[in-house]
Amino acid sequence: MIKERTDSISVELPERVGILMDRSAEDFLAKIRKRAMAGWKFGLSESSFRKILSVAGAFVLLLLLAIFFSLLIASFPAIRNFGIQFLFSSTWDPVRNEFGAFPFIVGTLATSFLALIISVVFSLPISIFLGEYSAQGSMATFIKSMIELLAGVPSVIYGFCGLFLLAPVVRTLEMKLGVAPYGVGILTASLVLSIMIIPYSASIGREVISLVPSDLKEAALSLGGTRFEVIRKVILPYAGSGIAAGILLSLGRALGETMAVTMVIGNSNFIPKSIFSPANTLASVIANEFTEATGSLYLSSLIELGLVLFVVTTVINLMGKWIVRRMGVGE
Amino acid sequence: MKEPSIRGRILWDKLFKALIVLLTFCSILPMFFILFFITSKGVSVINWRFLTHLPKPVGEIGGGISNAIIGTFMLIGIATVFSVPAGTLAGIFLSENRKGRLASLIRLCVETLQGIPSIVIGIIAYIWLVVSMGSFSALSGGLALGLMMLPVIITSTEETLKLIPESLREASLSLGVSYPRTILKVILPAGISGIMTGILLSIARVAGETAPLLFTAFGSPFMNLNILKPINSLPLMIFNYATSPYPEWHTLAWGASFILIVVVLGLNLFTKAATKKWKVQF
Amino acid sequence: MESTVLRIENFSAFFGENQVLKEFNLSIPQNRVTAIMGPSGCGKTTLIRCINRMHELIPDARVSGKMFLDSEDIYATDPIVVRRQIGMVFQKPNPFPMMSIYDNVIAGYNLNGVKLTKEEKEKIVEESLKKAALWDEVKESLHRRGTFLSGGQQQRLCIARALAMGPAVLLLDEPTSALDPRATSHIEELIVQLKETVSIILVTHNMAQAARVSDFAAFVYLGELVEFEPTERMFTAPKNKMTEEYLTGKFG
Repeated sequence: MIKERTDSISVELPERVGILMDRSAEDFLAKIRKRAMAGWKFGLSESSFRKILSVAGAFVLLLLLAIFFSLLIASFPAIRNFGIQFLFSSTWDPVRNEFGAFPFIVGTLATSFLALIISVVFSLPISIFLGEYSAQGSMATFIKSMIELLAGVPSVIYGFCGLFLLAPVVRTLEMKLGVAPYGVGILTASLVLSIMIIPYSASIGREVISLVPSDLKEAALSLGGTRFEVIRKVILPYAGSGIAAGILLSLGRALGETMAVTMVIGNSNFIPKSIFSPANTLASVIANEFTEATGSLYLSSLIELGLVLFVVTTVINLMGKWIVRRMGVGE
Repeated sequence: MKEPSIRGRILWDKLFKALIVLLTFCSILPMFFILFFITSKGVSVINWRFLTHLPKPVGEIGGGISNAIIGTFMLIGIATVFSVPAGTLAGIFLSENRKGRLASLIRLCVETLQGIPSIVIGIIAYIWLVVSMGSFSALSGGLALGLMMLPVIITSTEETLKLIPESLREASLSLGVSYPRTILKVILPAGISGIMTGILLSIARVAGETAPLLFTAFGSPFMNLNILKPINSLPLMIFNYATSPYPEWHTLAWGASFILIVVVLGLNLFTKAATKKWKVQF
Repeated sequence: MESTVLRIENFSAFFGENQVLKEFNLSIPQNRVTAIMGPSGCGKTTLIRCINRMHELIPDARVSGKMFLDSEDIYATDPIVVRRQIGMVFQKPNPFPMMSIYDNVIAGYNLNGVKLTKEEKEKIVEESLKKAALWDEVKESLHRRGTFLSGGQQQRLCIARALAMGPAVLLLDEPTSALDPRATSHIEELIVQLKETVSIILVTHNMAQAARVSDFAAFVYLGELVEFEPTERMFTAPKNKMTEEYLTGKFG
């Protein structure tokens, strides 16, 4: 029955020699194996190895805690001396040992939010372009690479170009407007910063827009909507929170940006009066004055500025990442 | 009720698309500007003397950036020693523990570390090493850069190892190979090019960093090979020279910027291409 | 009288609360090909993964009962030692991609850090590849990567790799289901020849294959051993009604 059928399938194996091996070869191999088996040490055990891995993982956690507590402890002299008023006082006077963070908080918020607004004008169109109009193809790859390269340019080079290319333009503008022609200041810093943070919101925005389910888009199109209307009424509302998260993340980036801002913000420790005024951000005053800080209260105040920066950027970054994760974007 | 005309709606559609395209292309203009200006101002400065000589005091012609180039290499080397072993092991831990509360917590820590502003990292390296050693040093600068490289290495190692198919692990285990040896001699070698790419990516990230070095490595006009002493680096030098009042130094800074941007962008493009090529393997 | 190489006693396997193998009692004869047959999901793959203790690598996996290799209690020995004596070949060929053919065959020794002389290694590689009927095809290119071979050749490489360890039992988990008919017949011929050196347990959902190559057959359904007979007897006169229905294609 079945046996007969199998007999008719006969196949020529390419190699039959060696299957019926000679006894001596077999014995030789068996001897090798016995000797090998006897000498096979196990080396590192599984549980020890897993423990080592856990230690490596826990090391990261400890590192973060150490960073936070180092900042906190080093800020104690300032915290003890000024308390919560530190955040609202606008006197920054190393001579009289009086320190207040308010001018820098204003500078940071002003530059960051202005940069944010300017950058969104460009990053949202990029997200729509790459997410909807031109998702594939060499044009898309080119634009995507260019935007990603923007993120790769070192901050000091942005500052350098900002100082020598942008500041003169702003100075001319200020002269035309009859304002003090510093050239540097909040406006210049915000412009440079806005270019630097475009890639962050653009890439996340692009991802969430491309994740909008196509059946939603097709339904709207089949009802006679134009592409513009589909984007406005279907895609943007759907991807809205993801885009907001991307903007949030670029804000986090802007808040902590140091070198470019330091080089074009004008280094003034007073509350800026207008966008043409020089100022300082939390990051730039640290960069400018840390090496010259004499006295432990001075240094401790600068470190407390760093602590504020750490806490604020961490909160914003984690919020943004959490929203992005909820939208299901594979980072 | 007046319905918006079809022609009107199509017009808006076309205008919108034009606006989107315009703004998109405008946003890549800065890239071209930067590259153009740095190249035009920087290329002419570069010659053999520029690359091999030490900086000269103000007023003297000539001078080079050799100490900054060497310093950058040394700082990256120290940072790599700090970050690669710990980062790779932590990355292996995360890829071997997909679920689990400790692993999720650690992933959160990695994300947080990644987002810390670079100047704050500089403060930390200052507190930890500069204060205890009593002086600025290449070591503290390397620590700061290493702290910045760490999260990138952990994440890319984890992502790389997650891509390795389960069948490889099963093949090894079925031969009676122990778990540690399977990870170290089969899984890790299989992912080595992805891990190397991740390390290169993290180097690209820190090669251009200045803020964490301001009060750790601090900078120096001399050539220094001693890791316990202050050391110069390309970005530091660019910062110092660009913000100085001397035009000769500005010129040097343009030349240094050209080198820096070519190296950093080159690394970025290379790692992107390498990542794409590597991902196809599996 | 057949001698037994592997004895399974009252063996059950669980995934958490889910019982996938129910009180198995089975004696695998030495130097014979034993086929484990049954519809998808009946537990046959779980069974052989319990034999070489790969099942327990899954979190939440649990077993009860005993298995004996010769007289060794498999579950009282270090799983690593067990896996060195019981080899496995998987459904989809999985040679190590970074290694040459030569290194793949000797991988069991290299990865375990066993020191062998060059002559010993070469002898093992040659004999294992000859046993796997692959020697002639690759002897000129032993140091090329294993991934350049065809599917059927890759599977024979995996068989050689497992054989190099000198196992007492070789577990084959649907070894030909990913291969074309020609490669399949090569491997089936190979299986029949291999039983002289090693006892073979073959999991297959292909009844015709079981009929072609095996000496003994076990029919498993929903985690239970329904019937275990010499193949010829099972296919011509199955004792159990369910076996007959499976063999005549009423389900599966």
